[in-house]
Parts: sequence; structure tokens; C-alpha cells
Amino acid sequence: MALLEIRSLHVAVEGREILKGIDLDVDKGEVHAIMGPNGSGKSTLSYVVAGHPGYEVTSGSIRYSGTDLLEIEADERARKGIFLAFQYPVEIPGVTSSTFLRHAVNAVRKERGAPELDPIEFVRFMREKLKLLNITEELMKRPVNVGFSGGEKKRNEVLQMALLEPRLAFLDETDSGLDIDALRVVADGVNALRSPERAMVLVTHYQRMLNYVVPDRVHVLAHGKIVRSGGKELALELEEKGYADALAAA
Amino acid sequence: MPMAASATEPMPFLKGLEAAPAAGGGPAWLAAARAEALARFREAGVPTPKVESWKYTNLARLARTAFAPALAIDGGAQAIPAGRGLALPGAARLVSVNGRFRPDLSDLATLPAGVEVEGLAAHLAHAPEGLAGELGRLVGLAGRPFAALNAALWQDGLVLRVAPGATIETPLHLISIGVAGGEPSLFHPRLLVRVGKGASATLVESHVSLGGEPCFANEVSEVTLAEGAVFHHYRLIDEAPESYHIGTSGMSIGRDAHYDSFAFTVGGRLVRSEVHLRLDGPGSDAHVNGAYLVGGESHVDNTGLIEHVAPHASSRQTFKGVLFGRARGVFQGKILVRRDAQKTDGYQLHQALLLSPGAEVDAKPELEIYADDVKCSHGATTGALDADALFYLMSRGIAEAEAWRMLTEAFVKEVIEEVKIDSVAEAFRDVLVGRLAAIEAGDGGRREGP
Repeated sequence: MALLEIRSLHVAVEGREILKGIDLDVDKGEVHAIMGPNGSGKSTLSYVVAGHPGYEVTSGSIRYSGTDLLEIEADERARKGIFLAFQYPVEIPGVTSSTFLRHAVNAVRKERGAPELDPIEFVRFMREKLKLLNITEELMKRPVNVGFSGGEKKRNEVLQMALLEPRLAFLDETDSGLDIDALRVVADGVNALRSPERAMVLVTHYQRMLNYVVPDRVHVLAHGKIVRSGGKELALELEEKGYADALAAA
Repeated sequence: MPMAASATEPMPFLKGLEAAPAAGGGPAWLAAARAEALARFREAGVPTPKVESWKYTNLARLARTAFAPALAIDGGAQAIPAGRGLALPGAARLVSVNGRFRPDLSDLATLPAGVEVEGLAAHLAHAPEGLAGELGRLVGLAGRPFAALNAALWQDGLVLRVAPGATIETPLHLISIGVAGGEPSLFHPRLLVRVGKGASATLVESHVSLGGEPCFANEVSEVTLAEGAVFHHYRLIDEAPESYHIGTSGMSIGRDAHYDSFAFTVGGRLVRSEVHLRLDGPGSDAHVNGAYLVGGESHVDNTGLIEHVAPHASSRQTFKGVLFGRARGVFQGKILVRRDAQKTDGYQLHQALLLSPGAEVDAKPELEIYADDVKCSHGATTGALDADALFYLMSRGIAEAEAWRMLTEAFVKEVIEEVKIDSVAEAFRDVLVGRLAAIEAGDGGRREGP
């Protein structure tokens, strides 16, 4: 039994069907890439797994580590080890980054039966992870994502993944809007978190992230369905021929 | 709903008034002023929603209540409720009970040099003519029946003087306590502040009432800032759930003077704070900020008139409201720029967060401008918590109730951060955090869920 099992998943937003029957297995230790043109439903899939209340699952199932994911809310999913790196991280004025992260880390630790960290212990724990992602401590004193550059927001997402140590992480377009140096920092961060116990799903429009984070499996999502799946060479084929050819071949 | 009583019908509220003993004694000018004020109140009566400035605040329930004059309460410090009001250990405490200043409960011995504090009745006893022309100068009685009622019936109050040039670091903390006897009780606190030329001081007020029968604090404040004065004026209104508080304040800000205020309302059946601030001196500057966080059946009305009289003055108002349960908020804010007030810089913002379907807010921002070279802006927003922010926090494992608390706290904190005196800002934050924790714990059914 895979860590994540999605079966004939249909999802609608405001009555419009976006996902039209997704089947996907992701097991621990694996890195999958989900690629596809804009509007194919990639972000929807990420949000549905994370538990966004704005998406309606009309049929199908998502099982995670044997439990029915659709029965539990976003916060409980996160505490059980699911993580979503947002394509557009949300700005939260008035809530300091480090306070937010400490609350999040302690919520997850509590669920795992680990002792909660006090502010001093937390700063020590955060410091190591900050280095990994080249983020200053100064940034963590600012309100969550407020006034962060595009690259800082994306690195902050990977930082949160490093702090929360999820078992299943979806990274939604984490490579978009990054210059090559920032992309490398983010990719190094993601690679450092690859582990035999952790599954990752990279959702991306472009192949370039996959030069740095090499996936085990690649899936092509189009018009709400996975139309092709293959090994890492599929990403290269898409890069060469574009989605139109790949879809025609499907 | 019963109809709001009109001035022509007898109502319990007025019957109670008939029974009130006339506040006697004092100099002739005062007796005449009291008689005139009482006539004004009788003529106007308790305003109905037909009166424009009371359109959104219905006083029918108050008018149906037979309030008796609150009694003078002697005795000791047990009158001060533990854990109520702002926690300001470093401040000099001034206590008033049922509108009477209580020197015996106040820190008069340790007041910093340059500050004079005295009860209003005591002041008049030794200087009967001194306040003629000053008392009531900044709060006109036309269209303000409750200010008229206060002017007619006040028993005592507080006179605060800051000497020219004095810099007072220690905040003064006025704790005004309402204690009802066996029946609904009405009292009329009065505050008169004058900050001398180039002086600076901080006054913090905590208004609380004890539970049981409703109290009605009908308050009038007047604040005058001389040239170059700086005055920080902060208020917490934490009345008991069935109590009433109607405050009418007038401020006059002199040349290059700076008035900085914040008022936080967290309790009361009906609280109205009406402010008329005049920027009388060129180069003067005023921050009139506020917040409210109430649930249940509370009704909080902030009505303000910022009048730019002199040129080169600036005013800034930021209000944040959080309503849950069936609470109602009202914000009426007007910036009036007189013809000579060129180069005015006026700003006003009201933001309300409605956390349950039964909560409601009415916001009426207004600009009235007669000068041609001014910069004025205003804005108002009303809505629920940001769903994207809520999901973001929850997607990191933070439970919904905790995420709700974090976001609401952040929303109100933004305006508390503008409080310039750190110890006072901290005390307001403690009230905010404590109140949110109580709401989250489902205190008294004050919240209907986020």
C-alpha cells in the first residue's frame, strides 16, 4: 500500500469540474513530478490534498497512510505529516514569522508526541534550517511573507517544510519566478530533505527544476486527467517537444 | 421591538430624573449653567433614531430603564475590582467611584512635580470662580442631550493641570468605577484637563463597572492643549455586560501641540464615545485611534468630529472593530475643514471584522471641506477573516480556533502598536490577548464560533 493513494478523483470548483478522474500512487522515498500546461488542474490537485475548503470532491478517494484524507480538515492533515508549499504564499500582516512557525512546529510536534519547543529552543532549531536556505534571522522577525521578495517567499516555503518535517510534501510551482541562483538554493533545500521516509510531489510547468531535483516518476496532467506517466526521461521529452506533441502521443 | 420613546412621552428614565435631587450648592454661575442644561435635556429628551447622529444607535432599552442616581460609596479599596482595568503598576493611580473622585484611594502623595490633580467639587469649593468660562467650553450642549444631562447633574469630577514646560514621564491612571446599589444607577463623571505650554503628559483611563444591576456612566471630558503641548490620552472601556456608557469629549489642540489618543472598548451593553476635537492652532496634530472587541448583545458606537480650524494641521484616525455574537458596531467619523484651514492633512480609516453571522456594523465616514488646498482621505472596510490566511495557517498544522485567534489578535494589534507609551501598549495587548482567550474558551456564549 502506497503512502498516498488517489483513486478516480473528481473535483469541482464553484460547480465547474477541474479534475476528471485522477489515479495516483506515491510511496515513501519517492519523488514524483506532475507536469502540465496552465489550467490543467495541477494546483487544484495540490490544494485538494492539503485540504483547501474551496474545492469540492464530487467523487473518488484520497487515502494517506491508510486513512481517509477527505474526512479530516487541513490542520489535522498537516499535523499528520502533509505539507503544501504554496505557489503564492499568503501575506499575514501582524503575525510575526517566527511566532507563526513556532506555533506550527509545536502543533505538529504535539501530534507526534514530541515535547513542545519554547521560544529559545525554537530559535536554536530554526537557526540550522535558516542556514540551509540562506535566510536571515532578521526576515523571521517580520510579519509572515509581508514585504518578502518573490525568492524569499519561495525559500520561506521550503524552510517551513524543513521545520515541519512532513512525510508527504506537495511543492506547487516552487520554481516559478526564481532566477537561477535562487532556484539552486531552493533545489538544494529540497534535495536535503529527500529521505527514504518522505515522499515529495513537485508540481511544475517547466522542466528546469527537474535538472536539480531528479524525480523518480513523471506524470503529465492535462484537462483534469493524468494522460502519461513515465520515468525522468519523460520530462526531457516534454522540454524538447512541448506539451502539444506529448499530448498528441498520449 | 417596542417603539423608541419620544421626548413628549413620560418614560422611566425621565421619571428617575424627576426623583433626582438637584445637585446643589456652588457658585451662582454654576447654578445657572446647571438649570439651563437641565432645561436643554428636558427639551431634547433621550434621542430616538430619527435624530441623525443617533440613527444607528437605538436607546429604547436605556430609556425604558429607571435609573436612580448612583450613591456615593465610602469605604475602602474593595471598591476596585481585582483584575479589571489596565494593569499599569508604574502609573500614578487616580480613583473615582460613581463619578466621585476618591483622594483616599489615589496616589496623590507620589504625583510627579508639575501635575495638579483635584476633585472638581473640592476645586470649586476653594476657587468658586476659577472654572467659570472653562467648564463646558469645549462640549457645546446643542444636539448633545447627554452632555446637557451631565452638565445639569454632575456630582464631582477630576481636574487635571499640567504646568507649562513640565515633562511628566509617569503615566496617570484614572480608574473610574461604577457600582450599582440595588437598582440601576446613573452617574455623571466629569474630567477637565489642561496641559500647559510645552508640557507633556500621559493620562490613561480605565472605565469599569461591577456586575449586578446596570450602571450608566454618562461622562463628559474636556481637554485643552496649550502651544507645543504633547498629551497621550488612552482609554479602556470595560463595562459590565448590562451597563451603559455614553462619553462626550471635547478637545482643543493649540499651536504645534500634539494630541495622541487610543480608546479600546471591550465591554458594555451600549457604549457610545462621541468626540469633538478641534485643531485650533496652526501646526497642531492629532491621532484619534480606537478599537473595539465585543460580542453578545453589545453595541459600540464611535462618533467623531475632527474639526480643522487652523492651517497646517494634521489629523489621523484609525479604528479597528471586531464583532461576534449579535454585537453591533457603529462608526461615524467626520472630518470638517474650515475655510482658513489650508494645508490640512486629514486621514481616517475604519476597519471591522465580523466574526459571526449575527454581528453587524454601520460605518459612515464623511468629509466636509471648505478650504481648497488640503489633503484628506478616508476608507472603510468590513468583512470576515481572510480565508486565504486562515487556510495558510491551518495548512501548517495550526488548529482553526488558534488560527482564528492569531489573525484577530494581529488585526487589533496593528492599531495598539500606535500607542506611543510602551508600558501602556503592553497593558492594552494583555487585555486583547486575555479577551480573545476568554472568547476562544467560549466565555458566556459571547461568541457564536469564528
